[in-house]
Amino acid sequence: MRVAIITFPGSNCDYDCYKAINDVLGAEAYYRWHRETDLGDCDAVILPGGFSYGDYLRAGAIARFSPIMDAVIAFAKSGGPLLGICNGFQVLCESGLLPGALVRNRSMQFQGEMVRVRVDNNRTMFTHIYDRNEILHLHIAHGVGNYVADEETLARLEGDGRIVFRYVDERGVPSDEGNANGSMHNIAGIINEEGNVLGMMPHPERSVEPLLGSADGLPIFRSLAAHLSGTGVA
Amino acid sequence: MNAYQIEVRITPRAGLLDPEGQAVQHALTSLEFQGVEDVRVGKLINLRVQAESESAALEAADAMCRRLLANPVTEDYQIALAGGG
Repeated sequence: MRVAIITFPGSNCDYDCYKAINDVLGAEAYYRWHRETDLGDCDAVILPGGFSYGDYLRAGAIARFSPIMDAVIAFAKSGGPLLGICNGFQVLCESGLLPGALVRNRSMQFQGEMVRVRVDNNRTMFTHIYDRNEILHLHIAHGVGNYVADEETLARLEGDGRIVFRYVDERGVPSDEGNANGSMHNIAGIINEEGNVLGMMPHPERSVEPLLGSADGLPIFRSLAAHLSGTGVA
Repeated sequence: MNAYQIEVRITPRAGLLDPEGQAVQHALTSLEFQGVEDVRVGKLINLRVQAESESAALEAADAMCRRLLANPVTEDYQIALAGGG
């Protein structure tokens, strides 16, 4: 698996993704600067976390118009796997590849903490190694991660099983108490209709080794690699 | 071509929770300002635009809002001419 990691001015999780894929997974990742116009020879693309363009105007709003984004959007439209993490999720929403938007956390604070996330859909190319309803311990690190969408969009996401990850409490229930940032329907991650574009606020790349406090994020990258090598189920 | 000064007011969509507005409201209440029923925090963007006419300038600003300046999922916007120039 060859993965292009897009670096914007202000990206700060690009190296975490690079390390997770190269050193932990043993696949191959490379960087692509936002000013480039082609992705190179890749099987998948990651939009990493960070604060592209200082989150000016709205998080992800300016990055969405970076030169590389035409190639990223074309790649996604042709079915290529695209994973947006944190700021990458914000860019996906701003670009219209995923519905809805991310607004300020309910707490009004930047939250950097370990949270519980439930796998609600394990039949995607990104999650097929997980069990359904498996509870993951993943880090969040964001001030603007509160997912909002209109009722119609939420009903469609629910009906189609496109809510892939939800914040849950210690009983594994997506309660208000377990809702890390106030997201509607406790949404932590969603996938597009075609199943090849996943956006999530938690950082799987920061939870890939026990040394980091959790290795629960690694199966996302393993799922994707298996899918691309033809051994996945999605 | 003339220069037009345009004000774009962007506010959180009606009905959408505005955590920033709520925090400001709590702060005002704790400072003992009475009767603050609601606070919504938005942003103001001042544009200076060269255009053939007033309507062309407003139209350009509207296109900018739809493309970049406002997010229709979470924000409403209002465009007004702030004075010719």
